[in-house]
Amino acid sequence: MRAAVIVFPGSNCDRDMAVAFERAGFAVDMVWHKDVSLPEGVDIVGVPGGFSFGDYLRCGAIAANSPICRAVVDHAERGGYALGVCNGFQILTETGLLPGALRRNAGLKYICKTVRLVTATTDTAFTAAYDKGQEIDIPIAHHDGNYFVDDAKLAQLQDEDRIAFTYAQNPNGSVADIAGVVSKNRRVLGMMPHPERAADAGHGGTDGIAMFDALASAFVSA
Amino acid sequence: MKARVHVMLKNGVLDPQGEAVRHALGAMGFDKVEGVRQGKVIDLELAAGATHDDVVEMCEKLLANTVIESYEIELG
Repeated sequence: MRAAVIVFPGSNCDRDMAVAFERAGFAVDMVWHKDVSLPEGVDIVGVPGGFSFGDYLRCGAIAANSPICRAVVDHAERGGYALGVCNGFQILTETGLLPGALRRNAGLKYICKTVRLVTATTDTAFTAAYDKGQEIDIPIAHHDGNYFVDDAKLAQLQDEDRIAFTYAQNPNGSVADIAGVVSKNRRVLGMMPHPERAADAGHGGTDGIAMFDALASAFVSA
Repeated sequence: MKARVHVMLKNGVLDPQGEAVRHALGAMGFDKVEGVRQGKVIDLELAAGATHDDVVEMCEKLLANTVIESYEIELG
């Protein structure tokens, strides 16, 4: 099992994500944004949180057009898995791999706290170890996490059971309390909360571990 | 040649920053403001031969996120 974690200038959750993958049994390669290809045999790409390129222009916009992101899009379009967290979610929406966009938080404040999520679907390799409706506590740390999709796209996401997590109490104004969504083929997940920051007792919470363990078992059985 | 690109949140997309500015103006006593939308202006210095279509492509691919933003181009 191999994971690749992309490192952009300004990424700051790349090591946390790598540790969470390693803990679940993945061999992890760190991949620089200027690289033009992913290492051979990568099962899943982690697009980490942070402030890639200083959030200039729009969060994630410049990273989404970096050389490695073309390889990430190719990987996903071939049916490869990807996990984008926080800035990684913003980047994946900017690439078009995931629908919607992340706007400035409705309250205009940067929010850094642990929030309660509701597992909205268990029909993904990311969420298979949770129960539908299960509440988990995962930290958020973002200024631009206010998820937007138009009404037609929202209806499509609901019809296709593509909302992975919702907020129990909406912290940022996101449409339909959405905290994370998956791609049409269910192999790309983007979410604003940080499961990799709830993956060790020292973090103060361990509810994120089940996501990385579920991914590991998906690749073992595949 | 120069181009100026105006990028705005689309109508119907809530603009929390514009709303905050509207509230602040109201609190300062400017009571004739009914709405504020905040956007950005991007000035491009273009080489000879660049066309309007080139700038449209730049907007579509990078300068605007057309899921939530609209853009207008002024060439001059």
